Amino acid sequence: MPLKSEPVEVNIGPQHPSTHGVFRMVATIDGERITDVKMIVGYLHRSMEKLAEERTYTQNIPFTDRMDYLSAINSNLGYCLAVEKLAGIEVPERATVLRVIFSELQRVASHCMATGAFINDCGAWQTPVMYTFRDREKVLDLIEMTCGARITTNYIRIGGVAFDIPDEFLPALDRLVNDDLPQRFDEYDRLLVGNEIILMRARDVGVVTPELAINAALSGPMLRSAGIAWDLRKADPYCGYDTYAFDIPVGYNGDSYDRMVIRIEEMKQSLRIIRQAVHRLPGGPHKTDVPLALRPPAGEAYARIESPKGELGFYIVSDGGPAPYRWHVRAPSLINLSVLKEMTVGQTIADAIVTLGSIDINVGEVDR
Amino acid sequence: MPALLTLITHNWYDIRDLSNLSGKIEQLIRDANGPGWLVFVVSALLGAAGIVSFIGAVAIINIWIERRVVGRMQSRLGPNRAGPFGLLQPVADAIKLMQKEVLQPKVADGLVFSLAPIAFTVPGILVMAVLPWGRNMALANLDAGVIFILALTSLGALAVFAGGYGSNNKYALFGAMRVIAMLVTYEIPSVLALLGLVLFSGTMNLSGIVLFQAKYWMPLLLVQPLPFIIYFISSSAELNRTPADLAEAESEIAGGYHVEYSGMKFGLFYAAELINAVSVSAIIATVFLGGWWLYKVDEIVPGWMIFIGKIYAVYFLFVWTRGTLPRFRIDQLLAFAWKWMTPMAFLNLVLVAAEVLIWNETGVSAGLVLPLYAVLNAAFAGVLIVAWVKFMGPRFSRFPERLRYYSQIDVPSLPAVATRTDGGAPGLAEGRSA
Amino acid sequence: MIEQFGRAGFLLIFAVAFPLVPIGASVALGLFRIRPRKPDPIKQSVYECGMVPVGDALVRYNVRYYLFALLFVVFDVEAIFLYPWAVAYRGLGVYAFVEALIFIAILLVGYVYAWRKRAMEWI
Repeated sequence: MPLKSEPVEVNIGPQHPSTHGVFRMVATIDGERITDVKMIVGYLHRSMEKLAEERTYTQNIPFTDRMDYLSAINSNLGYCLAVEKLAGIEVPERATVLRVIFSELQRVASHCMATGAFINDCGAWQTPVMYTFRDREKVLDLIEMTCGARITTNYIRIGGVAFDIPDEFLPALDRLVNDDLPQRFDEYDRLLVGNEIILMRARDVGVVTPELAINAALSGPMLRSAGIAWDLRKADPYCGYDTYAFDIPVGYNGDSYDRMVIRIEEMKQSLRIIRQAVHRLPGGPHKTDVPLALRPPAGEAYARIESPKGELGFYIVSDGGPAPYRWHVRAPSLINLSVLKEMTVGQTIADAIVTLGSIDINVGEVDR
Repeated sequence: MPALLTLITHNWYDIRDLSNLSGKIEQLIRDANGPGWLVFVVSALLGAAGIVSFIGAVAIINIWIERRVVGRMQSRLGPNRAGPFGLLQPVADAIKLMQKEVLQPKVADGLVFSLAPIAFTVPGILVMAVLPWGRNMALANLDAGVIFILALTSLGALAVFAGGYGSNNKYALFGAMRVIAMLVTYEIPSVLALLGLVLFSGTMNLSGIVLFQAKYWMPLLLVQPLPFIIYFISSSAELNRTPADLAEAESEIAGGYHVEYSGMKFGLFYAAELINAVSVSAIIATVFLGGWWLYKVDEIVPGWMIFIGKIYAVYFLFVWTRGTLPRFRIDQLLAFAWKWMTPMAFLNLVLVAAEVLIWNETGVSAGLVLPLYAVLNAAFAGVLIVAWVKFMGPRFSRFPERLRYYSQIDVPSLPAVATRTDGGAPGLAEGRSA
Repeated sequence: MIEQFGRAGFLLIFAVAFPLVPIGASVALGLFRIRPRKPDPIKQSVYECGMVPVGDALVRYNVRYYLFALLFVVFDVEAIFLYPWAVAYRGLGVYAFVEALIFIAILLVGYVYAWRKRAMEWI
């Protein structure tokens, strides 16, 4: 006998503890079970793509910091690669290796944040997020040591990186990469990966099938959790990633748990890359001289990198002037978010929060 | 009055035990030919005042303990600014909460909304009435003590429901509904768990249960480990603490039942949660750990000190689980209670009944039979838990759970991403002018 | 026995007074104008993540655990029946044990039936 009940329409967000910013999700709920989800984005829209058309290419780099503020260096890198491709700028070898080091450090920091926040969404009372933040702080210390900023770094510039690394950087990096973080990641393995409650909460929750993942153009851990081996560092190498030895962890089930485990494994792989990069770090200049008012020839360029969230692409059109004619960002957070309805309908509110946490959105990037 | 003064000065070593003081005062009143009801009122008031002052101290100190201990577990310091070691932090919190504007939604049911925090506080304090604080130091020496505490511990959930439903808020509604679900689920395992203890000790009087443990020098935790686990889990569900804090569920329903509360009403909910946690810790300390009794130590140290020590040992367990575990989902939590804890409690009940029968009929000495039962029951609990995990544990579809690793990936032949630097991207000029 | 309940009743008075003290202090602060009281429609609306709530919260809510509630009634009453048995158990001997076993077995049949009928699942 079907029960007569009224569906309740609930706003989850914008001011909600676990929407990771100001994302709004209007869920229609029938006794804890979600029957419909509407996603409403735009609360953090800052019109960056339009603003960028009035600023020079160099002035636009800080915008990319504020897009995905948890992995600012990766955003910098994608943008600078696009501009370099457009203007045909050669990057010195040392700068390329430094870019790899910092990009992977930033990936570790971002995945730390994502893992901790995900467990927090599973309902842990702040403990895992404090642990992962502790490790993220250590990584941010290194970034601060080099460029003076922790979050909005503005470190990677067109034609190289902003500053060379200081003398104390490499010993500190060595300690972090060889002693500190591997122990921490083993701790995550023990505490989180085998945790029964997390298994119960995250297994078979927010499942993405491979077909859905490809059709919705997902990328990053979302795509790899669905069992599709795809990583731009291998598929479309930039910064010489094809010369580093590392593995891509790929899941089977496409559920939230796989995404968490993949993030933890990716952090370990990032450390592998950093170790190789430190070995091959050459001398020489850390940047080429690029005019501040860079005027690339008229044309267009698309550069894409594997940011912690997924495929971060920058499409730039130049009309030969000092400012880009059109600047478009393919933001992985936004595109990964687009399957939220398919992932959550039929599940409970608690699952929807876990699913949202496992997508690892960053509203700064979703809305730009 | 001078008589009272000499009473205190001459018997200072007896004041450590409130029952002695109460007995002396009763004696004093009787000597002065006071009426009988006065004796009753004075002794009851003395006990009630003692318990309420303990509760008041608990409400203040536990906020600090909870925040500091969890802070340590989370590799941070916790509050350390207000006063030495942040000890004055709860006072500062209370003053802040009293000063805050009290907001009440217009659509809320005003009376229910206002009464809920008060109703939430009362049962937690009232539980303390039947718990023995020393050899003869229970305020009310009820023969139906276990029923009394079972009745009171489930009352808190109703207050939470009233607060959540009276708020007329959707999150609070979810929280309220979850509270009732957990109430109807976790009541049964906790009732059955305590039933095993009653069966074993043969009394429902809590002083009697403690005396049973003191008599045989055996805390019931050792003899009955499975009821301890069951009662601990189900009481943490009834207390809304983290593995089961579904009614609050900060990350899901943004605070649940107390989302609309502010000012001192919220403060009461907050304090009452801690008071209820201490009450449940006190129940566990009494029935499982032997209350005021601790081998020979209780002859030297006052019983209530031992009791408070045991309360805080159990309370630490609650804080520990809160700082460690993520939250269950509501259907998992309910299934866990119905499919695991209830049958286990039944099996345990049958086993205990058989054990008591054998002990009673054969008349073997307790010194032999109790350690034997302790080992037997621990093994039984271990086997049941392992067997349940093996056969009834959560099943996840589509294993394996190991990840695959790829060092090379196949790139399908996509159209190459071209860089056009040949001048005219189509539509450029029109776009600019438009 | 009634005397013991009376002693618990004294604690009840204290227990009700206990939460009234901070509430009273809060009210007193309000009277002395230390605590602000400036209601406005936005403050008095319900919280729904910063949005204006859609519809009422007191709807006919789909209580998915109503079968649990039915089972609860059965099992709770039964557990309370067992308490007097447990207290008097030592004096009753083998007979009481067997009888309780039969009682529990009958319940167990109902329990297994409910389980097989998937009553213990969140529908």
